[in-house]
Amino acid sequence: MAAVAVSVAGLLTLSACGGGDKQESGGGQAAKKVEVFSWWTGPGEADGLKAMREIFAKQNANFEFFDAAVAGGSGDQARALLSSKLQANQPPDTFQGHAGAELQGYIKSGKLESVNFLYDELKLKEVFPQQLIDQISVQGQIYSVPVNIHRSNVLWFNPTVLKDAGIDGAPKTVEEFVTDLEKVKKTGKIPLSIGSQWTLVHLLESVLLGSLGTDAYNALWTANADWSNANVTKALENFKTILSYAGSPQDDWQPAAKQVADGEAAFNIMGDWAYGYFHNPPEGGLGKESHKDFDWAASPGTDGTFMWLSDSFTLPKGAPNRDGAIAWLKVAASKEGQDAFNPLKGSIPARKDADQSLYKDYLSWSLEQWSGSKLAGSIQHGVVANDAWRTAITDAVGLFQQDKDVAKFQQALVTAAKNSGQ
Amino acid sequence: MTRVRRWLPGLLLVSPSIILIAVFVYGLLGWNFKLAMTDKHDEIAEIPGNFVGLENFTGIWSEERWGLSVRHSIIFTVVFVVGALVLGWLLAFLMEKDIRAESGFRAVYLFPMAVSFIATGVVWRWLMNSATGERAVGLNRLFHYLGVDFLQWQWFRDPDWGMAAMAIPAIWQMSGYIMALFLAGFRGVPEELREAARVDGCSEWGVYRHVVLPMLRPVTLSALIILGHISLKVFDLVVAVSGKQIITDVPATFMWTAVYDSHDPAKGATIASYIVLSVVVFVVPYLIWDARKGKRS
Repeated sequence: MAAVAVSVAGLLTLSACGGGDKQESGGGQAAKKVEVFSWWTGPGEADGLKAMREIFAKQNANFEFFDAAVAGGSGDQARALLSSKLQANQPPDTFQGHAGAELQGYIKSGKLESVNFLYDELKLKEVFPQQLIDQISVQGQIYSVPVNIHRSNVLWFNPTVLKDAGIDGAPKTVEEFVTDLEKVKKTGKIPLSIGSQWTLVHLLESVLLGSLGTDAYNALWTANADWSNANVTKALENFKTILSYAGSPQDDWQPAAKQVADGEAAFNIMGDWAYGYFHNPPEGGLGKESHKDFDWAASPGTDGTFMWLSDSFTLPKGAPNRDGAIAWLKVAASKEGQDAFNPLKGSIPARKDADQSLYKDYLSWSLEQWSGSKLAGSIQHGVVANDAWRTAITDAVGLFQQDKDVAKFQQALVTAAKNSGQ
Repeated sequence: MTRVRRWLPGLLLVSPSIILIAVFVYGLLGWNFKLAMTDKHDEIAEIPGNFVGLENFTGIWSEERWGLSVRHSIIFTVVFVVGALVLGWLLAFLMEKDIRAESGFRAVYLFPMAVSFIATGVVWRWLMNSATGERAVGLNRLFHYLGVDFLQWQWFRDPDWGMAAMAIPAIWQMSGYIMALFLAGFRGVPEELREAARVDGCSEWGVYRHVVLPMLRPVTLSALIILGHISLKVFDLVVAVSGKQIITDVPATFMWTAVYDSHDPAKGATIASYIVLSVVVFVVPYLIWDARKGKRS
């Protein structure tokens, strides 16, 4: 209770003094540290973070940015460490998290402060798409500031391999996709490349979306969702069929994507971070030319829908330097901050008013899709299902990969939905 | 007074470690078992967790993943323990024949011990790449060059015997150490005994069968315990080779998923308890045997 009182009091002082907090906390002392916790250490993302950090330094002479990044792809290790820190009530000033259901555990245990005040102050509800706001709100409260948007439902393909197999253009529907996979199989190439277990969950979300349609897919994540109906069965049958065309599993998504770039495989379904890997010059990427060495389209049956995921920053309760954290969130939410970060990270800004000229090639396509599409949230990347639910789905997919039993798979998904506590 | 003077300094000397072990080993073990017997299936602090007895311990057996990870653990343990014992024994047996540059060979076989399971795993992940035929790399490629393509297989991605493949890097790493143990054991057999046997007309094989091997029993048992507890707790090697995938799931990776991904402390504690218990099953008979032997002598 005391914690709530303190944070409410903090909230009041903040809204009362508005922009005046600078003089207050500055006070001629040495710059106070702002600990920003993220898992952005790889090429591209670390550069983006640095660009935002420079803007932050320019705007906040009284705060010093402290980079508490923990290495590791999708943030697995970072989240394990973060969870221990929060349990011990020693939060960083602000931390990165996937926007959406992944934060639910923290919200329920009262580790996060609502940032509605910031949305009101900066009028963020007007610059973020309404559907995005709806999908990240928990009972009217928003707990994070999305910095970027990635797209999950992208079908990457090798135009040459497709041509050799007699396929003109990317498949539009799941049925077409299966036909095309069969055509590729006859040429002796790998029809669909896959990576480790999580890339199958990633594939599953695209297949579910493409088979069920956007509204039915989104309904799966609402209360009393029906996972046991015949449409879901059909979608899982599709998943099974598509999987039967998969090559041998690679160690992670990069080697799977590389099979497409090298012309060994025809298709790969992966998030749009694959673009940077395909396109960037060697060292960080493969240095391939878009539309020639590799190409992309919406994953089959999902054209017109943007399956999104987003990195966002939060305001933990009891942050040692709350003002510093808010100053960071303001940079992360700003047009300037997002336009500095995203072209380097290879993602698009969550804001609708971004400077379009900064986003080239794939990113300009993605930006265009973002403004004109329906939205659906990713499973694997923490948007629609909380951690427990996502883990249960991942387990079910892992077991399915071995026994290929659709009925059992569906039953596991039904149970997962029921036990999710979401 | 003099009696106190006799035992007090000794007690003072060991008491820090007694206290630390009491708190950080046995205290936390107890805490873990207590947690495993509650229904705290969410890490939110506000849920205290009620006592539910052994419900978690029985309930987990209905989970398919648990059955699978136990099966994997058993396959891994059998292949790893037997493999390392046999290979280690064989190396020691060859080494014992007073070959030239013995210390050089000994160092070579012991070196893998100096490598961490993580580093071993990273290398072997590549060696055991599952691609076959044209796309083969690593060992499958080697088989291709040697013209023994029929040996190519899926390694750790094989649904049935993948865990046997997972044991190969572990055998590679630990057999040198087992060799050192056995070598010490071989050297501990007095030469007079062997000679006595030979004088009595025993063949060279018979000397090993009836004289040396029985005297190696304590060493074998120690090796078994050391390998067994490493094997039942294995985590780092599996994660480095394949990550957290069901196909190579073992109790320790399942525990990680339960705690950090599902946020289910009670389930994590239950799995941890089972791991401890399985190690206890291995170690306690040894301790009893050891104590009895101590009494006898």
